[in-house]
Amino acid sequence: MDYGTVQGIITIVVMVTFVGIFAWAYSARRKDQFDEAANLVFSDEQSKNKDSGEHK
Amino acid sequence: MMNHSQPQGADYNYTVVRQFALTTVLWGIIGMTVGVLIAAQLIWPQLNFETPWLTYSRLRPLHTNAVIFAFGTSALFATSYYIVQRTCQTRLFAPKLAAFTFWGWQAIILSAVVTLPLGITSGKEYAELEWPIDIAITIVWVAYAVVFFGTIIKRTTSHIYVANWFFGAFIITVAVLHIVNSMSVPISLWKSYSLYAGAVDAMVQWWYGHNAVGFLLTAGFLGMMYYFVPKQAGRPVYSYRLSIVHFWALIALYIWAGPHHLHYTALPDWTQSLGMVMSLILFAPSWGGMINGIMTLSGAWHKLRTDPVLRFLVVSLSFYGMSTFEGPMMAIKTVNALSHYTDWTVGHVHSGALGWVAMVSIGSLYHLIPAIYGHGRMYSNNLVNVHFWLATIGTVLYIVSMWISGVMQGLMWRAVNSDGTLTYSFVESIEASYPFYFVRFLGGVFFVTGMLLMAYNVIKTVKAPKESLPAPAEA
Repeated sequence: MDYGTVQGIITIVVMVTFVGIFAWAYSARRKDQFDEAANLVFSDEQSKNKDSGEHK
Repeated sequence: MMNHSQPQGADYNYTVVRQFALTTVLWGIIGMTVGVLIAAQLIWPQLNFETPWLTYSRLRPLHTNAVIFAFGTSALFATSYYIVQRTCQTRLFAPKLAAFTFWGWQAIILSAVVTLPLGITSGKEYAELEWPIDIAITIVWVAYAVVFFGTIIKRTTSHIYVANWFFGAFIITVAVLHIVNSMSVPISLWKSYSLYAGAVDAMVQWWYGHNAVGFLLTAGFLGMMYYFVPKQAGRPVYSYRLSIVHFWALIALYIWAGPHHLHYTALPDWTQSLGMVMSLILFAPSWGGMINGIMTLSGAWHKLRTDPVLRFLVVSLSFYGMSTFEGPMMAIKTVNALSHYTDWTVGHVHSGALGWVAMVSIGSLYHLIPAIYGHGRMYSNNLVNVHFWLATIGTVLYIVSMWISGVMQGLMWRAVNSDGTLTYSFVESIEASYPFYFVRFLGGVFFVTGMLLMAYNVIKTVKAPKESLPAPAEA
């Protein structure tokens, strides 16, 4: 396999990986999970006080 | 605001956060003051007082090391230890090791303060410290990684918040960069030579140099951004999904951009072109991240009118957007032919360093310091506001003067007469730069003055009786 072919394969692998990450991040199934994750910054006040909810 | 429901600090380890937060302010003032001194030396050379260790050549690396590794990295230590605990809802792993990272890092900074003015240097830009200090850095950094990733492992949340991903990438990559670029052959206690030679040495150096920008000065501070912007704005990040794509795209691309520091050198032409193209592509994730940060404010723009802390954070993102547009542009070889080795580069660096790195750190500290000392706000919000304007005006003075000076220098250096001789001597270009050097010096004075106000405000906040500074009413 010559160098050009290797480069071509790497390019395709990297591209597929990127599209894969994009599809994973934007799949509808993970929406709730990510919404919850995005709110982690507000549930840090104190573990006992998780339901203060004032920032939602 | 975050902590008006009840006082903080019972569950989290804030000792090391406090130490790093306070030293960030101290080292910021020292590092930036040295910067102002060397800016003044470029106008009034006699300010080196004919003393070897006060010469520009020795103080310039002291300035860069102080602002990047003392100010910037202390800010990263403070915020990463704070954020990782709060978003993982657990105490810091290995508190003694965390204390070791603080004292170890301060010892490294002090050794830089002593060795650099003495002229002890390995000569690599942003990696000047000699080999014994390099080994100490590695040890402290590994301890940092153990504390940080140990805390992530013992988290009580299921998800690892995106800010921690950026901090994690920053910690791992800086370790790799530092170890590879610092490989050298010691010939005595305070002198070593790089293990690499020629163009390879240059490429390793700028692979390191550009990724110090990419992972220390960008990824780490993006970690700050992803926590403090949502927190201060009181709303979750604009798009968590975009933040995931942002993370992977940014760390996958940054690592290839280093060759743009070596355009038109002995580096092979294909490597230069590759570096240029990768730098251009880098524009996309950079702006993706900036837009994600700024759009977090959608629906809360009115808070910018009343909250100077939020203003610091949002304006830092604007400067980030500006410099990450300017950077790819300057990486284009034909643009670089004009800009390289001129003051334009210096202006670009400070657009990132003052506008982005310093301002996002300052904004984060104005949020963090009241929180870790059990207050709802800083001692004086007005002083925060004055600091904001001093920092913004200082940065703008700095970068505008360097743009003009840089483009002028580039044009003067390339001007040729019809017989092929150079139109200007080098000294003529320096003489033409003096007015701009003065404006740059003024910009620096503005910025340092703001930092001094910050120090006063921080001392007053730290000394204020517990809970005497309540959070402002929710706007």
